[in-house]
Amino acid sequence: MIYQDSKTLLDVHGLRASVNGIEILKGINLTVRSGEVHAIMGTNGSGKSTFAKVLAGHNAYKVTGGSVTFEGNNLFDLEPEERARAGVFLAFQYPIEIPGVANSHFLRLAYNTTQAQRGKDELDPLEFEDFVREKMKLLEMNPDFLDRGVNEGFSGGEKKRNEILQMALLEPKLAILDETDSGLDIDALRIVTKGVNQLATKDNAIILVTHYQRLLNYIEPDYVHVMAGGRIIKTGGKELALDLETRGYDWVSIEQRAAARA
Amino acid sequence: MSAVLQNLVNQPYKHGFVTEIESDVAPRGLSEDTIRLISAKKNEPGWLLEFRLKAYQQWLKMEEPKWPNVKYPKIDFQAISYYSAPKPKQKLSSMDEVDPELLRTFEKLGVPMHERAALAGVAVDVIFDSVSVATTYKQKLAEVGITFCSISEAVQMHPDLVRQYLGTVVPVGDNYYAALNSAVFTDGTFCFIPKGVKCPMDLSTYFRINTEESGQFERTLIIAEDGASVSYLEGCTAPKFDTNQLHAAVVELIALDNADIKYSTVQNWYAGDENGLGGIYNFVTKRGLAKGINSRISWTQVETGSAITWKYPSCVLQGENSVGEFYSVAVTNNYQQADTGTKMIHIGKNTRSTIVSKGISAGHSNNSYRGLVRIAPTATGARNYSQCDSMLIGDKCSASTFPYIQVRNQGAKVEHEASTSKIGEDQLFYFAQRGIDSEEAVSMIINGFCKDVFQQLPMEFAVEATKLLGFKLEGSVG
Repeated sequence: MIYQDSKTLLDVHGLRASVNGIEILKGINLTVRSGEVHAIMGTNGSGKSTFAKVLAGHNAYKVTGGSVTFEGNNLFDLEPEERARAGVFLAFQYPIEIPGVANSHFLRLAYNTTQAQRGKDELDPLEFEDFVREKMKLLEMNPDFLDRGVNEGFSGGEKKRNEILQMALLEPKLAILDETDSGLDIDALRIVTKGVNQLATKDNAIILVTHYQRLLNYIEPDYVHVMAGGRIIKTGGKELALDLETRGYDWVSIEQRAAARA
Repeated sequence: MSAVLQNLVNQPYKHGFVTEIESDVAPRGLSEDTIRLISAKKNEPGWLLEFRLKAYQQWLKMEEPKWPNVKYPKIDFQAISYYSAPKPKQKLSSMDEVDPELLRTFEKLGVPMHERAALAGVAVDVIFDSVSVATTYKQKLAEVGITFCSISEAVQMHPDLVRQYLGTVVPVGDNYYAALNSAVFTDGTFCFIPKGVKCPMDLSTYFRINTEESGQFERTLIIAEDGASVSYLEGCTAPKFDTNQLHAAVVELIALDNADIKYSTVQNWYAGDENGLGGIYNFVTKRGLAKGINSRISWTQVETGSAITWKYPSCVLQGENSVGEFYSVAVTNNYQQADTGTKMIHIGKNTRSTIVSKGISAGHSNNSYRGLVRIAPTATGARNYSQCDSMLIGDKCSASTFPYIQVRNQGAKVEHEASTSKIGEDQLFYFAQRGIDSEEAVSMIINGFCKDVFQQLPMEFAVEATKLLGFKLEGSVG
């Protein structure tokens, strides 16, 4: 939602980034203020996921130009774990499995690390168990998730729920959800998006990266951005997503090229 | 490998100091004369000298094993000094008489002695180079009839017991290094738990190789009589030298009816530097004979050090219903090589064995599991379960598994499971994205991986092992 007294969380200017020497992001501009939900849409290879990973600090991507500030500070001065502690959260498109590490142990360490950073109380294993079980109800998760290895043998839908559970625990200021809808059936999509909606407040912001308008039926964006060729080529309201759904992505590029010639 | 990973594994070795102590060192080289010198220095009975000479004669005819999956230059056995003892040599009756320099060494190593030993409830037999310096708690153990002393002392005080059991599990000509050890062993630990006695505390020996180019050939013999039980801990460190040192130990365990021996090792010998220079060659023969019915022998090892590890703690399950266990974590980094595993030889009826092996390779290292499960025709109803998991950190290391399974009884059941996994950048990024730095992430992944083995270690050892692995792999991931 757009609020009058919001403050700028993320400010991206002319961001360029490459992987293996190939430039993927070619000058992205984006401002995200507290309370807002942004959707970034685009075809495969348009650079959406790369943008998400660059913000989170994945070391396979090299930032070659531009600037990004988070709450006024240079994001690139921070290591990936420092960005996370500062409140930047990435829900992964393909959450990785970490066999042998109990999910409960992992979640508690992540939670306590964040709490320590914010100067709040850490929880011991018993307290945490109660706390996390409450949060799991939100996502209709079975408590036996806690005893399994992190994402180990989870179905696609279970992995995505586990991501949103982490978002619920860590209460980030900026949550970037990378294709959280992919691989979810309608029921799971409903549960996961309900969870996300409950976590949205006027103090945090969400960036949804997605292919499909479908997700936006459940989480209503304030802004929709279309990415192509490593840039945001069009920005609009939620009605833009509906246009894309009916007309595809091509017309945006054509329109943009025409505008460039003019 | 990224820089973070690199830094993680490359933590400097912390026990690499040399103690300045006058040593009584035998001239380098090996001959019958050397053996006679050792035997004479130790005032040994004739039968033991014969035992040594017989072993030496067999050794001369043997060849160094070539089958392990390790590479090293040929060892010059004439360049090694086979006897090195700290100089102040009169008999010590209390810890206060021990050379303070030695005590400082042990303090640096964190050996719990003196009051610390009392608090920890650990009796420590300390082997410094080749001679046992002091045995704590001997008195208290003697009250319940347990003999816990250096093997040299046992040869003097309990020659019949030593003679009855020495070389019965690992014969003098068993293998190249066991034969060498049998010829030149200088000291080690002897432990005898009489019938029906449960050892009231964990027994512990701390080994340390101090002299450059000296070999350490210790000999350990543990006997648990009917219904006896004991838990024995062994820790190892060595100072840093650019040259390689040879450690060729022999450990023999004997469990009679209903006896239980648990043997735990945390091995952190110097592993050589990051370019593979120096480090210990750890060529060790460890074997337990579960001789009696319902007896149990359990090996737990955490192997983090040594340039080369060549070691297969084994169980010969002779008694009916006897049980053999092997739980192992072997970590290699830089240019370390490990070829380690176990042998479970099922002879008696309804014998059972469990093998859980976790190999972790980082840097340019090479880590092999080699294990034999043999079910003899007599071993009706025998069962074995083996699980061998390898974990790779970075992309320049390797892991191999060589399981040998020989089943000669149709009623036996043998299971083998194996897996290989890798700590990847993406796993670490996942942790980082949740605010967890890479050191903590690696430690968490490794501990999760090794959990099944660490659970088997006595409490203090488990804590030490966890820390050791953390240091060991610091900088290896990133």
